[in-house]
Amino acid sequence: MIELQHIAKSYEVGGQPIYALRDITETIQSGDYVAIVGPSGSGKSTLLNVIGCLLRPSEGAYLFNDEDVSQLDDHALSHLRQFQIGFIFQSFHLVPRLTALGNVALPMVFAGVPSSERHRRAKDALESVGLSDRAHHRPNQLSVGQRQRVVIARAIIMQPSLVLADEPTGNLDTHSGQQIMELLESLNAKGLTIIVVTHDPNVARRANRIIVLTDGQIVKRLKGEELSSTSMPFS
Amino acid sequence: MLLDFIHFAWSALSGHRLRTTLSVLGVAVGIAAVVALTALGEGARQYVIQEFTSIGSNLLSVLPGKTETTGAMPGMGGVPNDLTLQDLLALRRHIHSAQYIVPVSMGTETVSHGERRRQVAVIGSSPEFLQARELRVAQGHFLPASDVERGAPVAVIGQTVARELFPGQQALGQVIRIGEWRMRVIGVLAEIGTQLGVKMDEVVIVPVATGMKMFNRSSLFRILVKVRSPKDLDSACDQVIAILTERHDEEDVTCITQKAVISTFSSILQTLTWVLVAIGAISLTVAGIGVMNVMLVTVAERTEEIGLLRALGATRGNILGVFLVEAVMLAGIGGIIGLLVGLGGVHLLTWWYPAVPASPPIWAIVAALGLAMILGGTFGVVPARRAAKLDPIMALQRR
Repeated sequence: MIELQHIAKSYEVGGQPIYALRDITETIQSGDYVAIVGPSGSGKSTLLNVIGCLLRPSEGAYLFNDEDVSQLDDHALSHLRQFQIGFIFQSFHLVPRLTALGNVALPMVFAGVPSSERHRRAKDALESVGLSDRAHHRPNQLSVGQRQRVVIARAIIMQPSLVLADEPTGNLDTHSGQQIMELLESLNAKGLTIIVVTHDPNVARRANRIIVLTDGQIVKRLKGEELSSTSMPFS
Repeated sequence: MLLDFIHFAWSALSGHRLRTTLSVLGVAVGIAAVVALTALGEGARQYVIQEFTSIGSNLLSVLPGKTETTGAMPGMGGVPNDLTLQDLLALRRHIHSAQYIVPVSMGTETVSHGERRRQVAVIGSSPEFLQARELRVAQGHFLPASDVERGAPVAVIGQTVARELFPGQQALGQVIRIGEWRMRVIGVLAEIGTQLGVKMDEVVIVPVATGMKMFNRSSLFRILVKVRSPKDLDSACDQVIAILTERHDEEDVTCITQKAVISTFSSILQTLTWVLVAIGAISLTVAGIGVMNVMLVTVAERTEEIGLLRALGATRGNILGVFLVEAVMLAGIGGIIGLLVGLGGVHLLTWWYPAVPASPPIWAIVAALGLAMILGGTFGVVPARRAAKLDPIMALQRR
């Protein structure tokens, strides 16, 4: 379970604090599927990075499974990201010189998983995203849809409880985007908490809940089906 | 995990072949230089020691003249008193720890037989010269045992002299001319090569009294004293000085032990070796800066990857480890290649110049490899720390 209590994130610019997030209070239950939407610069990605423990909030408390992680040191945060959180990025962030298998196995290297087990688990993960025949291809030998599926396999390889996706379909065609969303839904069906940042109403409305951000603040909360398929609640 | 880091580093290094090759080359050149140069220095030292010990390390030389009184090298310039055959006999009477006490007079002269002539070094000495200088006679016999003050017209010649003057003939029993002197060849030395810088195959040895008359000298060139054990060297030296001081009424001789000469040469050449090591170290430092440069470029290029690894759970320590391992590998591979090239070069050198026993000392080999690793580690620290300090979000966004 994720509990954000009065979270704020500010940056100093010319001696003045600029708030990227302010007074965010939200609870996300385990197994929930949440979309964060909002106009550009509204703080969606910042909020996702705070939830992903890549960014420390300036104010407020962040409880991850009842533990206040806003006070943890770098090492403990790394550990949390390693075992609890999977990331899906818009621009994939695959290591170009590694094969699909190598990329999927990467998180296990730093977790000290033995090499033979890494290989087996990475193969299984690739199979679960329908890419077992592409295991030995490098990213540049894969289509963009296939690359994003490799990223999903990498995100779930450590069996995290939470998967964060930042514009997961942003670089994909409609068909590939559809496949990715189905994959995310199947992960959610298995009990994983999914949080998606998106601009696309078709992606957002598939979530159970939608959080609308404007100027770093939550301005609205909707159920997925309440969202129109053509326009966003802020546009 | 180290194995994984090595594997990961290898994939990164092999992804940039040209860059990797160039910085490996830099380290290889440095290490090869250190190995080859120390081998040369050490070879020279060994060569000199070998030269001196080949004639026995329990040998001491007595030279006329004293450094303090003449202000010049002993044996040069104004010498107050000659070193005479009487002095030799006095030493023989009194120094009981000596195995042999041998006079030496020296000069160069033309030696001829018929039409064939050759310029040679002529050594005047006594029968014990053979044992004192560890020589062997191949044909005939060495100088006859007789009164040192009486010179017989006989000569023992070196192999080259025998070959040159008597091609295809027996030298033994033949008469040769040394300057104006006619001498009978009574022995031919076995081939020995160079001893203390003197080509012993190109000398002619005559009785010491003959030698002194031949060169019109009243003083011996030196007296060699061979003691039974190296521990007697210092006391023998003291005795020599005491006896000759009493005979000459002043201290006007110098006594040099072989041990002192060896240790002087050895320390000079040791210094030379260190100078060569220093030269190698400079080239290694340049190579290290090359490694650092390559690693800095690598870190800048792989910023996004570093951000990714951090997002996937790698700690700052992990990132530091990844890049340090990469730098150490870069330098280590260079070190191994440099070592092989250096050893190969030394091997070639000894093949061309077998006289120089150039071989890198074991410490230099171990140090060269260790140095390469330390080099990678040291010069890799700055780039690796830079990588580890990157903010994951900034790195992912390549900002």
